[in-house]
Amino acid sequence: MSDARAPLLKLKGLTKAYPGVIANSDVSFEIGAGEVHALLGENGAGKSTLVKMIYGLVRPDSGSMAFRGSRYEPATPHAARNAGVAMVFQHFSLFNALDVAENIALGMENPPKQRALAARITEVSEAYGLPLDPSRLVGDLSAGERQRVEIIRCLLQDPKLLIMDEPTSVLTPQEVEILFKTLRQLSAEGTAILYISHKLEEIRSLCDAATILRLGKVVGECDPKATTARDMAEMMVGQTLHVPSRETTKPGDVALKVNDLTLQSASPFGTSLKNVSFEVRKGEVFGIGGVAGNGQDELLAALSGEVETGAGAVQLKGQSVGHLGPNERRAEGLLAAPEERLGHAAAPDMNLTENAMLTGHVRENLTNRGFLNWRAAKGFAEKVIADFDVRTPGPGNAARSLSGGNLQKFVIGREILQRPDVLVVNQPTWGVDASAAADIRQALLDLAANGAAVICISQDLDELMEISDNFAALNEGRLSKPRPAAGLTVDEIGLMMGGAHDMEAAHVA
Amino acid sequence: MDLSAINWAVLVASLMVAATPILLAALGELVVEKAGVLNLGVEGMMILGAICGFAVAVETGSPLVGFFGAAAGGALLALVFAVLTQVLLSNQVATGLALTLFGLGISALLGQGYVGIKPPKTEKLDFGPLSDLPVVGTILFNHDYMIYFSLALVAAVWWFLRYSRGGLILRAVGENHEAAHALGYKVVVIRFAAIAFGGACAGLGGAYLSLVRVPQWTEGMTAGAGWIALAIVVFASWRAFGVLLGAYLFGGVTVLQLNLQAAGVAVPVEYLSMSPYLITILVLVIMSADRSRAALGAPASLGRSFHASN
Amino acid sequence: MIHLVKRPQPSRAWSYATPVLAVLMTMVAGGAMFAALGKDPVEVIRTIFWDPLFGEFAFYFRGQLLVKAAPLILIAVGLSLGFKAGIWNIGAEGQYILGAICGAAVGLAFYPMEARWLIFPLMIIAGALGGWAWAMIPAILKTRFNTNEILVSLLLVYVAEQLLAKMALGALRNPDGAGFPGSRNLSQYASASNPELIAGSGMHWGVVAALIAVIFGYVLFARHMWGFQIRLTGESPRAARFGGVKPTRLVIFCLGVSGALAGLAGLFEVAGPAGQISIDFNVGYGFTAIIVAFLGRLHPVGILLAGLLMALTYIGGEAAASNLGLPSAAIQAFQGMLLFFLLAVDVLTNYSLRFGKGEVA
Repeated sequence: MSDARAPLLKLKGLTKAYPGVIANSDVSFEIGAGEVHALLGENGAGKSTLVKMIYGLVRPDSGSMAFRGSRYEPATPHAARNAGVAMVFQHFSLFNALDVAENIALGMENPPKQRALAARITEVSEAYGLPLDPSRLVGDLSAGERQRVEIIRCLLQDPKLLIMDEPTSVLTPQEVEILFKTLRQLSAEGTAILYISHKLEEIRSLCDAATILRLGKVVGECDPKATTARDMAEMMVGQTLHVPSRETTKPGDVALKVNDLTLQSASPFGTSLKNVSFEVRKGEVFGIGGVAGNGQDELLAALSGEVETGAGAVQLKGQSVGHLGPNERRAEGLLAAPEERLGHAAAPDMNLTENAMLTGHVRENLTNRGFLNWRAAKGFAEKVIADFDVRTPGPGNAARSLSGGNLQKFVIGREILQRPDVLVVNQPTWGVDASAAADIRQALLDLAANGAAVICISQDLDELMEISDNFAALNEGRLSKPRPAAGLTVDEIGLMMGGAHDMEAAHVA
Repeated sequence: MDLSAINWAVLVASLMVAATPILLAALGELVVEKAGVLNLGVEGMMILGAICGFAVAVETGSPLVGFFGAAAGGALLALVFAVLTQVLLSNQVATGLALTLFGLGISALLGQGYVGIKPPKTEKLDFGPLSDLPVVGTILFNHDYMIYFSLALVAAVWWFLRYSRGGLILRAVGENHEAAHALGYKVVVIRFAAIAFGGACAGLGGAYLSLVRVPQWTEGMTAGAGWIALAIVVFASWRAFGVLLGAYLFGGVTVLQLNLQAAGVAVPVEYLSMSPYLITILVLVIMSADRSRAALGAPASLGRSFHASN
Repeated sequence: MIHLVKRPQPSRAWSYATPVLAVLMTMVAGGAMFAALGKDPVEVIRTIFWDPLFGEFAFYFRGQLLVKAAPLILIAVGLSLGFKAGIWNIGAEGQYILGAICGAAVGLAFYPMEARWLIFPLMIIAGALGGWAWAMIPAILKTRFNTNEILVSLLLVYVAEQLLAKMALGALRNPDGAGFPGSRNLSQYASASNPELIAGSGMHWGVVAALIAVIFGYVLFARHMWGFQIRLTGESPRAARFGGVKPTRLVIFCLGVSGALAGLAGLFEVAGPAGQISIDFNVGYGFTAIIVAFLGRLHPVGILLAGLLMALTYIGGEAAASNLGLPSAAIQAFQGMLLFFLLAVDVLTNYSLRFGKGEVA
């Protein structure tokens, strides 16, 4: 069915500029019918803008597209869907308070009546081995199930081209295998897939061709099955990356102990923590893996003190601190850096001096009987900027004006410079460019080498394997038994993360 | 005091009249909030509707034309809110307050020539002998067309939100405007429409006050009805029939306290007059104390600004 | 087509310029409204904004300026605390009434005893406590039951108005008043009056309190942890919680302070310019103060200036009403318009306008 000579989608010279950034510059490549084509690039390389143009969300400044041999200029996503293009978003385009069938209907051009739609959903979900109950609320689904909703929404439209934006970042390794099976089936049926990722091994096992973007430009094309991951990585990053190094240290005394922590989530669609127990020693990096939405945010809040627990549930250096708020815990040496940089770790519209004050005032003595010492706060902000190579004109700039990587360096640096005894970080390198990510990982390792305990919550398994001494995974609010990271296989990790969620559960008509 | 002097069938009938302004306004606000917009300017749109409806009805001699004028007036003011919050991204709370303050001022200005005038009478629908049935006739078949319209509107809004494609899209926009945008729905356009509908409904509610319930024009005559309508949307957990229940409960309290005043109960008039407000607060407290339930009905994007940045 | 592009950070220049721009735009639109009413717009604008300051009778009006501005500033400074944190007390009118009732009740309880050193300070405390207690109702309902403070504080205004009527007709009625509603005149009771401190200046204790509130607000926001926490909460509630802010305490603090300041404003008014508790004692300062708070960009010094400007519209409006026959409602509409324009141009602080082809969708 696939005809390699006439490409399904042809991009020619696509260019899109935003004030101050050129997101895409003269991007051209082709995708054939039934081809699984990888679009590879770092954060900020312009992958998202490019697929938004193909999906009709953004209009190119110049260049042209052809789809199935004719001119293709989708003005809206509706037009794209009508032409046969479907997309699975990285940050799902789903609605928590609506049920699965309603969510799917919203992504279709001419949805059938609700009852007929529910039957279709069940039918298609079984045909592709993706069980799904049309009447459940999406907010109650796991991340893997939510992705199934998105995929089935696309499949019901019989797409000729399916765009997938970082689909595996929310899946366990077992779920990734199931997804790949589905994608291979689709490809065999003639559906082309544009697969966006920065995970090289996945691309090598799945894709027929790859286009590599860097800073908005196409910097190379390759056959991923015949190219090494290392070569692709160098094309993607444009330089050789240094792998974080660490000196092995002997773990010291127990720095933080979490003892049978159970916590009801405050938000209606959140995950409650159930009987979480672990301990971290001085000099140790403890990695906590797991798919997004399995209790990571709740665990960070319970450790940082944003949510108070029973006093004994969190113990710092043998002392109960579960009943203390964030500032009291800071005073005792327990610091944290949440996942969401803008709006949680930092206030977007406040400048860096004010954001330094945000967490620094306790340990850096930036206040005097409630009165603020702005000069000292500015000095602290400047020190963070200098020590952690934060690229910004100065501490007077608003947090939101910094790039993701620079702000993350500021946030992590702000906590590390306060000499924590225990530092908890959540997704420390999420959405950060490769060189900043490497710097951040190195900083965490250095901190541990100097005797602090580091708890790193992350969804990036490669990252966790690189820096952790011990590893455990969160799954539906429960923490698996911690195990030494060295020697863990992908399969073992996947099972700790919960294996393939709910694959048997949901065969409901 | 003589409670037997109160005719309960008449009380129920007058309860419906007392509840209708708030029912209409709350129904409009329900749709607005379901689209993810918090318009606190209901009071302002209601009072503008009250004077627009009154003035148009007096000038044309037709209450029906008056109601259209009221809907137009309310919708027009609502569109100011829409431009400010949806295009110029102003804070919805502050803009809603501005709407109320401006509405009170401009309505007083427009209403200068209309103080002390009687509006043309809004006729009752003729149900023939049905109207003469005891109790049932008084309660069900003895009303003007706006009462039946408001009840029909409850059903229509319920059906629209529950079963129609448009309603599904509206709820999606209110639940997660970024996702709706990513799927290609025009968030701002949909919200404009919802806001205008809410304004028209509030205008109708206001006109019902000035043309039927009172019926005359006085400055500030809505006396907090718009705020109570907002409270009733919360009470209803954002469901259309909940709004009906809330509005009629409130109407019941209002009518009952007026009857008690008339019956000469030994409670000072002022305390009876404040009772509807106090009961509204009490109901709000009861509803909001149950967080899980309140959270489910409330649209997740309620009150947040949307700007398609890329 | 024009579209908005988010600035990398808020523009300082525009944050100063927007209130001025809004005032100018309101003058133009208001002028059009006055013209539609058949008045000469230039003359009306001059009567409102120029004559009270520099006209023939300016010596009288200038004093009035402080009298009107004091309660507006006092209330608006309090409101700005909450507004900055996203805590919306819009029931200042009710807290103002309760402050007046409580303060007046204390003063009248001592009548006709003469002991100013005791009675007047007690009244001030009672006024502040009255407003504070009234604001604590929405505060406690919000913190205990998560009840929306906007609706509760506003609905309590209507309750307060009924209470005021009850007091004017009942408990606080002047026993020597031949049955007329209203209390004894406090301004004629030396121990309880809030007199003009410098004759003809309009300066009374309420003005002093307003200035102290401005200074207090300035220090709070510029230098104190609490002010920082308030700003932080308004910017980003999650970051605030991470920074150790206790939301419950903040709600109690913001509503409490704004209630107490509104109560003080009511007390100074009832003991001074108004003189007595009467059915129509409240004239909407609690609502106009919302406009003042925004016009002053929630900054204490800005509020000081905005309060004076808004007082000017009141005084000028009255002059325009008596000299030119301008309906008093026109001034209310004018004030509402000002808030509209302010909110409209505020977008320029965070966004810049681009002209050219817009985005899809």
